[in-house]
Amino acid sequence: MRSLIDIKELSTQEIDELIAVAKDIISDPAKYSEKCKGKKLATLFYEASTRTRLSFEAAMYELGGNVLGFSSADNSSASKGESVADTVRVCSGYADIIAMRHPKEGAPLVASMHSLVPIINAGDGGHNHPTQTLTDLLTINREKGRFENLVVGLCGDLKFGRTVHSLIGAMARYNNVKFVLISPDELKVPSYIKQELDKDGVEYVETRSLEDAIPELDILYMTRVQRERFFNEEDYLRLKDTYILNMSKLEKAKEDLSILHPLPRVNEISVEIDNDKRACYFEQALNGKYIRMALIMKLLGVE
Amino acid sequence: MILNTITNGVVLDHIQAGGAMDIYKALNLDKLGCQVAIIKNATSVKMGRKDILKICEPIDINLDVLGYLAPGVTVNIIKDGKVAERRHIDPPETIKDVIRCTNPRCITSIEQELPNIFKLTDKENLVYRCIYCESKCKKHGDIK
Repeated sequence: MRSLIDIKELSTQEIDELIAVAKDIISDPAKYSEKCKGKKLATLFYEASTRTRLSFEAAMYELGGNVLGFSSADNSSASKGESVADTVRVCSGYADIIAMRHPKEGAPLVASMHSLVPIINAGDGGHNHPTQTLTDLLTINREKGRFENLVVGLCGDLKFGRTVHSLIGAMARYNNVKFVLISPDELKVPSYIKQELDKDGVEYVETRSLEDAIPELDILYMTRVQRERFFNEEDYLRLKDTYILNMSKLEKAKEDLSILHPLPRVNEISVEIDNDKRACYFEQALNGKYIRMALIMKLLGVE
Repeated sequence: MILNTITNGVVLDHIQAGGAMDIYKALNLDKLGCQVAIIKNATSVKMGRKDILKICEPIDINLDVLGYLAPGVTVNIIKDGKVAERRHIDPPETIKDVIRCTNPRCITSIEQELPNIFKLTDKENLVYRCIYCESKCKKHGDIK
């Protein structure tokens, strides 16, 4: 039995295989419509989510399976003080696979230590979000046709942005990928991630200016400054409008730039950009369903 | 003081100068009823200055705590006035319930009776990270 807690647990070959399956699902969804017939997915979401939870559920339904679960801690026994370990011991008797989102970092790892069925980390606080990374990788692959030789800009909250941390880890495996890390000083990428990049000899630069960075980028990954990651409302208000992508900033960008965003967006991408051919974030959200279908099949051992 | 002044006990040698009190506290040596000598700033050929702890009773030392706090320390087991065993302690790969994670966002901050486990992720700089949230531990400050 295998869980997915951190994107680093997947080999490059396994990621390539998942992307290949996702692309095959996109080209022929009917072929997969009964692959998980009779199987159940439990979505244990202790924190609000739209895309992740609904795309997991849609993924399982489109594979012919069923779904049960809760969508906030208030609707579960967590509100009565039940531990993650106990909840998972119980729920793993009700479902064949579990997707868990939790505000505390490491909660899905704890779940995987006690579960009888595979656990998928659907986001643990500001830490990891491997299925978002798979979604991002599928999007990059569909947009660019490759992972190598890319300049990847990541902009916004790079400190608490779990999608950023996971994406850096995954993209750093490929040849000649350069990262441009665009953030205010208070929201820089944590030191442990930079240490790993240094250790692996991966090129990166840190900058505060989106305008200066944008001309060289092949990918621009925008993120939201998340209110829920701040203990201090003042800090949130001071930093939330730091980077807003609009058409004037995009003027200096490459014609084939791909703009990604894990969504939800608040105001960091102007709505005027939505119709620009470089905007990929709504396709990205759709890709999330297909890659989760591929992942569910893999972890359930369905061919 | 020389080693053979102890008949049966433990001598912790080659402690970085100034480190003996941290080890004394972390190993709960204050709870022992026997004689414990703390020697600070002893002259050492190898280290210049070092600290030494002498415990006049055979006790089980928590080697994970010791290896984490004082990598490179030498543990001498004294029996009948002689060094019966001498071990050099390397930093442990994993430490369980020695230190606690201080990241308020970590699952260890709320999950009942969850062991605090840290892994050595950077041998050169002796960096330990929480297995759950990957936060770097702040040395000495997080001793449980």
